[in-house]
Amino acid sequence: MRKLAIVLVGLAALALVVGSPLPEPPRAAAELLINGAGATFPYPIYSKWFDEYAKVQPTLRFNYQSIGSGGGIRQITERTVDFGATDGPMTDEQLAKAPGELFHIPTVLGAVVATYNLPGNPSLRLTPDILADIFLGKIEKWNASRIQAANPGVALPGDPIIVVHRSDGSGTTYIFADYLAKVSHEWEQKVGRGTSVKWPVGLGGKGNEGVAGQIKSTPGALGYVELAYAIKNQLPVGAIRNQAGQFIVPTIESTTAAAAGAARNMPADFRVSLTNASGEKAYPIASFTWLLVYKEQTDEAKGKAVVNFLYWAATDGQKYAADLLYAPLPPQIAKQVEAKVGQLSFHGKPLLVAR
Amino acid sequence: MLKSELAGASTAERLSVPRSLVPGRRRGVWGDRLYQAAVRAAVLVFVVVVLGIAALLVYAARPALAAFGWRFLVTADWDPVAEHFGALPFVYGTLASALLGMLIAVPLGVGTAIYLAELAPFWIRPPVAFLVELLAAIPSVVYGLWGIFVLAPLLRSWVQPGLARGLGFLPLFQGTPYGVGMLAAGIILAIMVVPFIVAVSREVLLAVPTQQREAALALGATRWETTRLAVLRYARSGLLGAILLGLGRALGETMAVTMVIGNRPEIALSLFAPGYTMASVIANEFTEATSDLYLAALIEIGLLLFVVTVAVNALARLLVWSVGGAVKEVRE
Amino acid sequence: MSRIAVRRATNAAMNILAALAALVVILPLVLILGFLIFRGSTALNVAFFVHLPTPVGEPGGGMANAITGSLTLIGLAAAGGVPLGILGGVYLAQSRDRRLPWLCRFLADVLNGVPSIVIGIFAYTLIVLPMRRFSALAGGVALGVIMLPIILRTTEELVRMVPASLQEAALALGLPQWKVVLHVVLPTARAGIITGVMVAVARIAGETAPLLFTAFGNRFWHRRLDEPIAALPLQIFSYAISPFDDWHRQAWAGALVLISLVLVMSLLARLATKGLYNRRGTYG
Repeated sequence: MRKLAIVLVGLAALALVVGSPLPEPPRAAAELLINGAGATFPYPIYSKWFDEYAKVQPTLRFNYQSIGSGGGIRQITERTVDFGATDGPMTDEQLAKAPGELFHIPTVLGAVVATYNLPGNPSLRLTPDILADIFLGKIEKWNASRIQAANPGVALPGDPIIVVHRSDGSGTTYIFADYLAKVSHEWEQKVGRGTSVKWPVGLGGKGNEGVAGQIKSTPGALGYVELAYAIKNQLPVGAIRNQAGQFIVPTIESTTAAAAGAARNMPADFRVSLTNASGEKAYPIASFTWLLVYKEQTDEAKGKAVVNFLYWAATDGQKYAADLLYAPLPPQIAKQVEAKVGQLSFHGKPLLVAR
Repeated sequence: MLKSELAGASTAERLSVPRSLVPGRRRGVWGDRLYQAAVRAAVLVFVVVVLGIAALLVYAARPALAAFGWRFLVTADWDPVAEHFGALPFVYGTLASALLGMLIAVPLGVGTAIYLAELAPFWIRPPVAFLVELLAAIPSVVYGLWGIFVLAPLLRSWVQPGLARGLGFLPLFQGTPYGVGMLAAGIILAIMVVPFIVAVSREVLLAVPTQQREAALALGATRWETTRLAVLRYARSGLLGAILLGLGRALGETMAVTMVIGNRPEIALSLFAPGYTMASVIANEFTEATSDLYLAALIEIGLLLFVVTVAVNALARLLVWSVGGAVKEVRE
Repeated sequence: MSRIAVRRATNAAMNILAALAALVVILPLVLILGFLIFRGSTALNVAFFVHLPTPVGEPGGGMANAITGSLTLIGLAAAGGVPLGILGGVYLAQSRDRRLPWLCRFLADVLNGVPSIVIGIFAYTLIVLPMRRFSALAGGVALGVIMLPIILRTTEELVRMVPASLQEAALALGLPQWKVVLHVVLPTARAGIITGVMVAVARIAGETAPLLFTAFGNRFWHRRLDEPIAALPLQIFSYAISPFDDWHRQAWAGALVLISLVLVMSLLARLATKGLYNRRGTYG
């Protein structure tokens, strides 16, 4: 009997004992954990930021779960996280449902790229209508005449195109679908835009990670992911024809160029679409990505931490963007973001300490 | 069993039991009341939890129940943008993948159980049975990992092209060989439920009274004839129960299937095509359902899954119980 | 061919078929296990056990927080599930009431078959939503509910096997019922109950689905039980579907660690009851 009791007590105690795990030095006495969730699109830069910021503010831990933009919107609305993240701006209806006023804080810019898995991984040129028709299921083979016509001299296999899309609610999907809706009437009618849409064809992968993983392991696959996910996994990216008729390869520069127009007249709430931008050198499927925070914070310590982090991200943090293939915020927008962050408050009192 | 009140202290004294072991009557009654209250409370907590799960699911699914009614089950439209939710593709995907899995798993599982319980040489039985039960304990996510990195590539480059060449005239084996898809889900489900079916079937067969076999053997039946006439006939309903228990597992299996089925809400005849199951749509979309109706629709799918698995398991238990009460509980 | 020859041949054929079925069942399972051990062991290193995960795409790091997270979750689940399950099991075995025990037994078996993800939804609506945060607690409750029926039923069965004469002897000595249970019944059934607990722990250790929206995952050590917490199966899942080779490697390593934990638990459970099964003539 005694042994049984010991086992039981032991199991019960396990919770408490393991509750304070092996310390990993150096470790600050009072740590504050800030929880965030949402977009997978900026996950590489965010996880870098949180790692770097832990060196600036050793008492803070930012736990970010990349569950998709839909999840970011859902969880911040439910207040189950301290901040959300999305790359598809929330709709007015969604904002109205939130229990408090939500701010969209742009952090960086990214590009959604068409990436694929073909023998030799040739550089492909894609027109908006080809892209739309592939995702509508109207172009089914790699060597379809229209793809071949846009890519003279490239040996395309006769294999079927295996379309890979997101299975979860996703801002990457929003950006991509928003672009297709702007360039294809049929897409707008049949599918529309949203963080989850009804895909006419293809396989679903969970997160940018899942889609990139699926493409990497499936010969003949084509899908859309954030630029960083393609480059970091040595996947080729397609050049897309923009409004000005140029085939533009997604890069940091062409992403920045897409923001040039928006930078001149940014709406006060930062909810702006950059897709199908008009500039000569603009990559057409680019977007801001936003963190979602309540204007009125409910916890002073956490609120302070979030606000300081947001300020750091808009200033010092920007230098990490390029390494991870995100475009930093244009300077005038960074200034506007700093001002916006200054409006975040606890009991009506601004949380940002003037610098 | 005797009640404590019936055992008088005087009897104990006469038997010279140490005083410390013999409590006063009142203390004993008090302790027993507490004990009775504790065990009863434990059981009640359990019953409340089970009923609570059902109640909470219904409660949380109300918006979707009200908005779609029975149409939810028969419409195939899963469109989060327009907020049209129909569960048919998930119901189909769940049933199709589970049936495919069972088609593979049942003959193999029951055959193995028969071998282990009736036909195999005695020295083989314990280690193999032991191995099968250990394999039943491998977590779903590990099977999924294997599915992504071993099974899917294998299917894509060898099995599916082969099937398409040989049997491509059947609509079942047409279309793009994705690797992941219904076939992969079916195979992984089969691998996962087989140990389970073997374990329960074997227990059912072992519960058949030995006299049954001895009678048949005494009449000159061969080993197989004994099995067929005396054992299988007797254990029929129990075996059906074992199969249903396996089916219950297959219907609710989540992670491994999510990782290999392709996650696409579509009803396609081809086994190569990607699909989606009720459990995997919850796993993928639950944290990111942006509207209340979307979340309620997912919870309604959970409710549906709950009802279906409860029904299947209830039936299975009744069948298994019908073959001798001595059948050992088998767990994952 | 004579009739007896045909019958003999059928017998032999069925023997072979059944043996083949067994072989077809065992072989892939052994292959999976072998492959896992191969991939996992080449990927395991010390860093895996002592380091936190690195930022996305950077190689290195480990799953130390996920291992302690899983242990914490198991501990939480056991803290609730084990005592409740044992108490309930004793009641089921000893009650002379007809309806409630039957209902419980039935509910337990049925609950055991309910998909774990549904129990995850239960924990989400019951705990995560009102608390407004994902937490280790919610994960522990979900896992505890999964444990409950297993322990309930094992305890019941094992307590039932304790000879009535033993209990009657104790009662005849004037011991109150609760002391009989505590000092006679439970110790006699001890090995079996421990087995049940270990089987239950083995099962919940690998559960992923109910943790997706309760425990939620955490890149760091957890400090408190009302905060999100990492878990080994969750980490394996998110690494497995990712595109990063180093994460794939770690997913295999994680799977090996997880499976070792589960198999050791199952093995211990098996050994603890070996004698028991032999006595009942249903094992080996």
